[in-house]
Amino acid sequence: MTHSYYESSARARIAGLLEPDSFHEWLPAAERLTSPHLATLEQPAAFDDGVIIGRGSIAAKQIFIAAQEGGFMGGAVGEVHGAKLVGVLERAVRDRPAAVLLLLETGGVRLQEANAGLIAVSEVMRAILAARAAGVTVIVAIGGQYGCFGGMGIAARCASTIIMSEEGRLGLSGPEVIETARGVEEYDARDRAMVWRTVGGKHRYLLAECDVIVADSMDEFRHAIVAGIDNGDDWSLAALEREHQLLAERVQRFGACKDGRDIWRELGWADPEAIAMPDNDEFVAAAHGHRAKNI
Amino acid sequence: MEWKSVVEQLCPDGHEVSQAGNLIRGYGRCGPHTVAVIGTTNHTEVGVELALAMAAAVINVIHDYPARPIVFLVDTSGQRLRHRDELLGLNGYMAHLAKCVEMARRRGHPIVSLVYEQALSGGFLANGMMADVCAALPEAEIRVMGLAAMARVTRISEERLSELGKSSPVFAPGAKNYLLLGGLDALWEGDLSACLMDALQSIDTTDHRRTLGHERGGRMLAYPVVQRVLASA
Repeated sequence: MTHSYYESSARARIAGLLEPDSFHEWLPAAERLTSPHLATLEQPAAFDDGVIIGRGSIAAKQIFIAAQEGGFMGGAVGEVHGAKLVGVLERAVRDRPAAVLLLLETGGVRLQEANAGLIAVSEVMRAILAARAAGVTVIVAIGGQYGCFGGMGIAARCASTIIMSEEGRLGLSGPEVIETARGVEEYDARDRAMVWRTVGGKHRYLLAECDVIVADSMDEFRHAIVAGIDNGDDWSLAALEREHQLLAERVQRFGACKDGRDIWRELGWADPEAIAMPDNDEFVAAAHGHRAKNI
Repeated sequence: MEWKSVVEQLCPDGHEVSQAGNLIRGYGRCGPHTVAVIGTTNHTEVGVELALAMAAAVINVIHDYPARPIVFLVDTSGQRLRHRDELLGLNGYMAHLAKCVEMARRRGHPIVSLVYEQALSGGFLANGMMADVCAALPEAEIRVMGLAAMARVTRISEERLSELGKSSPVFAPGAKNYLLLGGLDALWEGDLSACLMDALQSIDTTDHRRTLGHERGGRMLAYPVVQRVLASA
């Protein structure tokens, strides 16, 4: 019986992915580093501000890791939370671990910290890119209940590699945000199947918005992370230009599509409903040749 | 302010900048410098096409004009809130733009941004906030979201939020608040071309915003928290 990544807390994910007893936490809850802005608003705080950071090993490689806790304010990024992420990434530039692993589960900017939260997300984006430019591989895993949205959806795509599960969701504006702004005709946030066809792991994999899709188990995520570390990174102008070409092709090819199903049909899935098949290995095999090109 | 007027003030020694749709593109002369100008106008939302067009402009500068400074003129009401853009992966397009800006920085292009009208969340993250020097006109509007929407999400009344905004730069919109938090390097007033020349003299490619926020008293924890992570065992 393998453990579900989706069902696990941030701390359980770290324990489930890293080698036993290898995790060493930085700024643990005992240091009681809480958000001053939530205190101003008289809102409850968390002693780790919703993110756990530290170092550990995976497949005998030393890595740095950060795990967002969706259970605290939906994993949203405030001043302290963001600074912990930036600290891990800047430390990686200095100490050169085999990779930085970011287990993201977040709605993006913590609106209670409005301006400070937005700047914090921007600092995380720049720190990810600075780490990559310095030669550090940054791997993102997304497979939690809250998905990865807002500015952190942009930050995720700044990483070297993204690993998702079918249950994972990745985007910029969440369905509720668009429905509130533009009405239910534009985006019905309660239509869960349609939301899944828009931001779910399988659609993101077919579009090549994520690099790897795995079943919802700690072992599968671990295998993909180890492979991601071995693959390393390609931070180069040539890679960026290939990405540009592929993103331009995507708009041309799918720009008029109204639904995920239209895109999958265009990708050669005779029966778009078939992508809901339960076995991940079967899905990956079927997606071979029926998936947008990846850089 | 109209973008044309901004460009004329930034580049009094001549410019060749034009508008296509809501995209602004070209180059201008500012003292000894020739700068690339890339921006948006009409408080536009940034969707996949516009993000891609800005990225193409950045790549073009990297290719054709090595080390030429890039000036982003920011006027956006945020990321485009459409199902279709989300379906196509708007976050990926925004990240692509941010990567292009980072690549330009690494290849020696000084990056300056000026919020001349409006800057909101997602539309601001991928270009303006990626700059080495980020400035705003004093009357520019910068925010994550409006107070009314923020009141809905946080379940704190608008009155209370604007009251809190008087004592803390965190909660209320405004360029001055972003200055205190270190999100802006400076507010530009008076001779804009002199401001731009000064900025180009003082390019620092490391992200110094948490230091500014700490020095200015607006964001007291980001800097020490990063230092503590760096100093941990």
